[in-house]
Amino acid sequence: MSLFPNMAVGPTVRAVHDEFHGDLLEVSMGPQHPSTHGVFRMVVTLDGEQIVKLKPVFGYLHRNHEKIAESTSYLGSMPYTDRLDYLCSMSTNWAYALAVEKLSGQAVPDRAQYLRIVMAELTRLVNHSCLVGFLFNDLGTSFTPLLYAFREREKILDLFESLSGSRMMCNYQRFGGCRVDPSPEWLAAAQALVDNFPRFLDEYETMLTGNEIMLARTQGVGRLDPAHAVNAGLTGPVLRACGVDYDLRKVDGYGFYPRFDFRVPLGAHGDTYDRYMMRILEMRESVKILQQAFRDLPAGPVMDPKAKLRGFRPKAGEAYGRLEGPKGELGFYLISDGSPNPWRYRVRPPSLINLTLLEEMCLGHTVADAVVILGSIDIVLGEVDR
Amino acid sequence: MNLETLPLQVRDWIVGRFPDALQWLVHHLLSITAILTVFGLFFAFTTIAERKLLARLQNRLGPNRSGLPWFRSLKLWGLTQPFADAIKAITKEDVVPAAADKVLHFLAPVVIVAFSLLGFAVLPFGRHLIPVELDAAILYFFAAGTATELAIFMAGWGSRNKYSLLAAMRALAQLISYELPLILSVVPVVMIVGTLSTQEMVLAQGGWTWGVLPHWHVFTPWGFAGFLIFLVAALAESNRSPFDLPEAESEIIAGHLTEYSGFKYALFFMAEYFGLTALSGLGVTLFLGGWQAPCAFLEFIPSWLWFMGKLASMIVFFIWIRGTLLRLRIDQLTRLSWKFLVPLALLNLGNAAFWALTPGWTGPLALARWAVSAAIIIVPFFLLGRRLSAGYAPRTYRYAA
Amino acid sequence: MLGSGILKGLGVTAKNFVGSYHDPARMVTEEYPDTPARLPEAYRNFPFLVTENATDPMGTLRCVACQICEKECPPQCIYIEKSKDKKPDATGKPQLYPAVFAIDTAVCMSCQICVEVCPFDAIKMDHVFAVAATNRFEGLLLNREQLAKPNSYFQQIRPAEAGEVDTRLAAERSAAEEKARAAAAAKAAAPKPAAPAATPAPKPAEGGATP
Repeated sequence: MSLFPNMAVGPTVRAVHDEFHGDLLEVSMGPQHPSTHGVFRMVVTLDGEQIVKLKPVFGYLHRNHEKIAESTSYLGSMPYTDRLDYLCSMSTNWAYALAVEKLSGQAVPDRAQYLRIVMAELTRLVNHSCLVGFLFNDLGTSFTPLLYAFREREKILDLFESLSGSRMMCNYQRFGGCRVDPSPEWLAAAQALVDNFPRFLDEYETMLTGNEIMLARTQGVGRLDPAHAVNAGLTGPVLRACGVDYDLRKVDGYGFYPRFDFRVPLGAHGDTYDRYMMRILEMRESVKILQQAFRDLPAGPVMDPKAKLRGFRPKAGEAYGRLEGPKGELGFYLISDGSPNPWRYRVRPPSLINLTLLEEMCLGHTVADAVVILGSIDIVLGEVDR
Repeated sequence: MNLETLPLQVRDWIVGRFPDALQWLVHHLLSITAILTVFGLFFAFTTIAERKLLARLQNRLGPNRSGLPWFRSLKLWGLTQPFADAIKAITKEDVVPAAADKVLHFLAPVVIVAFSLLGFAVLPFGRHLIPVELDAAILYFFAAGTATELAIFMAGWGSRNKYSLLAAMRALAQLISYELPLILSVVPVVMIVGTLSTQEMVLAQGGWTWGVLPHWHVFTPWGFAGFLIFLVAALAESNRSPFDLPEAESEIIAGHLTEYSGFKYALFFMAEYFGLTALSGLGVTLFLGGWQAPCAFLEFIPSWLWFMGKLASMIVFFIWIRGTLLRLRIDQLTRLSWKFLVPLALLNLGNAAFWALTPGWTGPLALARWAVSAAIIIVPFFLLGRRLSAGYAPRTYRYAA
Repeated sequence: MLGSGILKGLGVTAKNFVGSYHDPARMVTEEYPDTPARLPEAYRNFPFLVTENATDPMGTLRCVACQICEKECPPQCIYIEKSKDKKPDATGKPQLYPAVFAIDTAVCMSCQICVEVCPFDAIKMDHVFAVAATNRFEGLLLNREQLAKPNSYFQQIRPAEAGEVDTRLAAERSAAEEKARAAAAAKAAAPKPAAPAATPAPKPAEGGATP
């Protein structure tokens, strides 16, 4: 039943039926459930409140993204990538642009490289602050941390809106640069926001990181073994919470990340609390990256002058572009046959691959924990189902 | 006109209109009507206060758009929201699942409202305002209050929904775990005052030292500990956050309320607040001096206003708790009760006994009395607390090289 | 001490409670229908077609029916039919115009790619977001009469972008006039005068009905 039978999954799981133990209860949690973060479904088999089996079911939000992209021009797929991980459209755009630029060998001007990092790290702030908010909602707060997170997210989304025209569907990156150049006022506003962000984080941590109920609910819950996490291809904060040092910003050094000074936090226990803390610590590092980016932002064009918007036909070949999205390794694999459309277009969605170990994490825990573990993995169904 | 006895004068005036043979009936019906009206309105405004306060805690505005029909420019800060909610609840379709146990499904909301209202009968709302003077008032109160959990089980079982079933089981586990600390936290008051009558308990808390320091039970070591245990247990008894497991909306949708809609749902909602109000009222009566004024010179304010004020502040505190805390898991919930609250409450019994045996310790000995009594409760609090939270601590993290 | 974390949390929420009354950084709620939405200039919703003047919108559409946006539109929500005749465009050159230009806003995803690829600055993103209709097919399928909005509106919602477009078009127009004048002068100098340079295009036939 289990993918990794030798994996320690907390208390031993009993699934017997005798005079002392009643029937097992199968509950279909989702697709309409407050805590499945969209239209995800978990078919859990319960012994009392303990989970003895969990079957994730997804595909309710399938929109045929990859096949549509194969019949759309390269540029035409860019707005669709917004809809993959709709919380982080800026970094999803970048991942796609990265793959296409690899395919066509386009250069990106320095200013655009910096702007891309600014957008990606702002997106990371948006994603992580939302995630911890949702996680606490799953843990049973009455929306308070979530609304504090949304309050800050709102400010960042306002920035995105005034730059790209849309709050969530930014459609900002282009092959060979960025679509629009932010004004000095925009940059000043963004810098002020970033400078204020640690205050929000401090307040957030005072409120909840030391909360006894929070500690009891998350520490030791949903433990993940590093070896299995690597085996299953997990990436992002979920992997780093297990103590595996794997951050594409360091490993690949894509964009101008090697020019930035930041650290990669690592967990030790691989439980929900570590996954939560990874997000908090990464937000603090993101703030540092952003401050460096605002300091060093060069002047110049934001678009490669040779870049073509229409009639874009990369030469035949293949390319895999990937970056460290807020949720993990987000990759786009493209094969070109020289036509205006990609011959093959494939997304490596971090949400989906991080979800594969859900059962292993949940077995032996209760229903309440399953919800929290799912929340700590950080999935967006737009990306899982595509 | 005397404000203190105004409600009684009104009652006597109305009762006097009726023939002698009917007066006892009118008398009681008036009490019931008064409770239903006052606490019905109190419930209505608790809901809007909760929504407003929670909103402000969360940096929102809260409901502020419902005005009056025909006077639509008049917004009244959204204060008419509960009436709009009531109209909505009444006019909504009442859906009963085809597979549900129709009788239980129907009876559960009725039972829960009935039982949660019973508690109000023995609460002394003012110096002369107590619906029923009962010698065994405390006993009656808990007997009536416990039955509400039965209604939750009825709802959970009768709905024939798996989430509801889980909620029903959780509610029972919670009931069994928290009834004990709740009652144990009340017993010290009974020991000290020597009666089960709520009115006499309030009277026992009368008087002031130097006219400003009230003799409320909460201002004694055993009373303070008892009050805190009572608060936690009351939160659990009324299924409020952080103990809202039976209707944990992020886990089991709405728990026992999953299959309820329309007015039946509103009845559950109402009963939850009635239960909360009644328990808060009991807490005020037992520990916060009931209707007694906090200072001698504030006695001119009618006693029933003091009671309502204290009650409202208890409710506000509960709302504040709800706006901050997250939910416990069911095993942690029971562990908190059995391994922490029950031992503490038992020790607090001994504490109260010590207090009752040493009224003669005056002068410098009074200080020793306070110190010993405080130690009896604080030392176990730390020790038990360490045991309870063993293994849980904030962590420090390393960074990749 | 057990409970200290909880007390700290209560402190934070209390601080936010007080802050929500006086701190604009905490209370960010906007009461939308009462106070109108503040839209940044870059805000985009559905596209509209720019016309040169408001009095004759169908006669002065900037669109020349080149159908680039129709091809590039990712969800393929634009439908264009070219006209049979020509009329002068913004720079005075005789051009085709769209006999039918329809956008299905039920399909449009407001991605702005039509705007980016348009070489004539003829299609721009609108600020109007309240576009509910009672009919999901005809009501959301906008024809060119519904899509056309004058340049003055464009200048009003996007002053910076419109200003830039206007100066560029003015430059092109003056360049074209310069060229025409030079050509006319050259022709005048030549022995045999040709036909007049630009005959005004006939009014388009009333063919704007949606397909």
